[in-house]
Amino acid sequence: MDIKSMKNYLYWLYCQFELITCSYLMEPWEKLLFYTFNITVLVMVLYTAYIFVPVHIHTAFQFFLHLFGNQQENTVSIVK
Amino acid sequence: NHIVHNGGLYKRPFNEAFEETPMLVAVLTYVGYGVLTLFGYLRDFMRQWKIEKCQNATEREEQKDFVPLYQDFENFYNRNLYMRIRDSWNRPICSVPGAKVDMMERVSHDYNWTFMYTGRVIKDIINMGSYNYLGFAQKAGTCQEAAAKVLSQYGAGVCSTRQEMGNLDKHEELEKLVARFLGVESAMAYGMGFATNSMNIPALVGKGCLILSDELNHASLVLGARLSGATIRIFKHNNMQSLEKLLKDAIVHGQPRTRRPWKKILILVEGIYSMEGSIVRLPEVIALKKKYKSYLYLDEAHSIGALGPSGRGVVEYFGLSPEDVDVMMGTFTKSFGAAGGYIGGKKELIDYLRTYSHSAVYATSLSPPVVEQIITSMKCIMGEDGTTVGKARVQQLAENTRYFRRRLKEMGFIIYGNEDSPVVPLMLYMPAKIGAFGREMLKRNIGVVVVGFPATPIIESRARFCLSAAHTKEMLDTALKEINEVGDLLQLKYSRHRLVPLLDRPFDETTYEETED
Repeated sequence: MDIKSMKNYLYWLYCQFELITCSYLMEPWEKLLFYTFNITVLVMVLYTAYIFVPVHIHTAFQFFLHLFGNQQENTVSIVK
Repeated sequence: NHIVHNGGLYKRPFNEAFEETPMLVAVLTYVGYGVLTLFGYLRDFMRQWKIEKCQNATEREEQKDFVPLYQDFENFYNRNLYMRIRDSWNRPICSVPGAKVDMMERVSHDYNWTFMYTGRVIKDIINMGSYNYLGFAQKAGTCQEAAAKVLSQYGAGVCSTRQEMGNLDKHEELEKLVARFLGVESAMAYGMGFATNSMNIPALVGKGCLILSDELNHASLVLGARLSGATIRIFKHNNMQSLEKLLKDAIVHGQPRTRRPWKKILILVEGIYSMEGSIVRLPEVIALKKKYKSYLYLDEAHSIGALGPSGRGVVEYFGLSPEDVDVMMGTFTKSFGAAGGYIGGKKELIDYLRTYSHSAVYATSLSPPVVEQIITSMKCIMGEDGTTVGKARVQQLAENTRYFRRRLKEMGFIIYGNEDSPVVPLMLYMPAKIGAFGREMLKRNIGVVVVGFPATPIIESRARFCLSAAHTKEMLDTALKEINEVGDLLQLKYSRHRLVPLLDRPFDETTYEETED
């Protein structure tokens, strides 16, 4: 029963997407074109995120660590 | 001499609300229109390069080098957006449009370019779209019997204009009755409601006069104002500060180049605005008119019969005297179940119109059975036919209005307009939901009217319900249940129960704002 209500909810979400982007009104070939374009763009964005986001986070983390690491050393020297 | 009142103009609370469009909804509506516009350009490209068959009207081959006829935004909208949802309009009905109506079913195999009838008749659709405010659209009853008798006596056609051979004794009887109903000295009836406005305003004002017209006035008033040749200035919808500013400027500065005083200043307002469901602020308009010595033209097309404790219209609703309104215009199409329009006012005015109105000189007069329908229904509303049916209908309409509006607001829809107006606009906003709402409601056997771009601003599309005294509580409950279901299905419950303070009063601690997020 949970699966059924989950499927109904997902179908309802799909209907809302159709209504908001007006693909409810499009003819089938227009819908195909629209969804192909959308899914292609989405896949490309996700792929780019997959490739670049870990590298960016790692670099940023290193940068901040370096910054705070330097500060700690400076304060240590002043205290001394 | 004019006395300044201190808050004594309104005898009853004036509850009007136009909830603001939620920001997310506005953004998503623009997204939807953007997608449809892109696809519109694609389809136009394909039609131009003959990849797709062109089914809409285009210029002939020989005229391709002339000034293009179909390249403006309205035509673009027409072929790319309107055509996709066209099946919600022009639905053919095949019975009297009472509380329930029969409709012919039609299908389209080429996405609404052509329609074909399946032959089936959908019976007993609850009719929430007809202007049948007092339920006089009936095929049986006293009105129908009287009209049938007059039909057998006079025939259907009049074959002449009012000034030539078309002035029947029925017309004289009708005009005396209308004058008595409205409480004015004299009245005159015309064959078509639209023509009443567009043909009589040019007879009343001309060049050198000033017309102050509300932003959202009906096309007939706009056409009449433009045909007259007078200067037209627009004030914001139902906004008395805007109107007063325009009046002050008109009196102080006079005509634009010569600075002479205006010959006449005419204020054009409507009783109920049918797209917003708002009622005009008549006490304030009359106070302004008296202060600045101008004339008032009140178009009661939707409010006659529908407002007021005995159905006499918006003047009775506010408890004012009909002598304050210079020209009272109305139509017989809505509450009386007939056709035509009237103008009521002082005897000199109506005598002048009998001679100088374009409609009286050139248009055919009302058909006798229609006149009899108006006479019988008006007598019924006034109670002169010996029964209390008229009064019961007016009360039933008021009850239906309040019940329906309250229930819809409780469900969480955004409803525009005044609490007491029988016209209920429900906001839809997104273009796909316009088509979806119309179709889903028809599937559930309820006929509604949805309104989109040229009649409303582009993002504020709505579904307009017209309540009727013929609707019983069970019908309204059924309709409300289905609207609730469709509202959940299409996610139309945008209201955040936030009452925006009415814009004319300056916002301070004493004006209410109930925020419930």
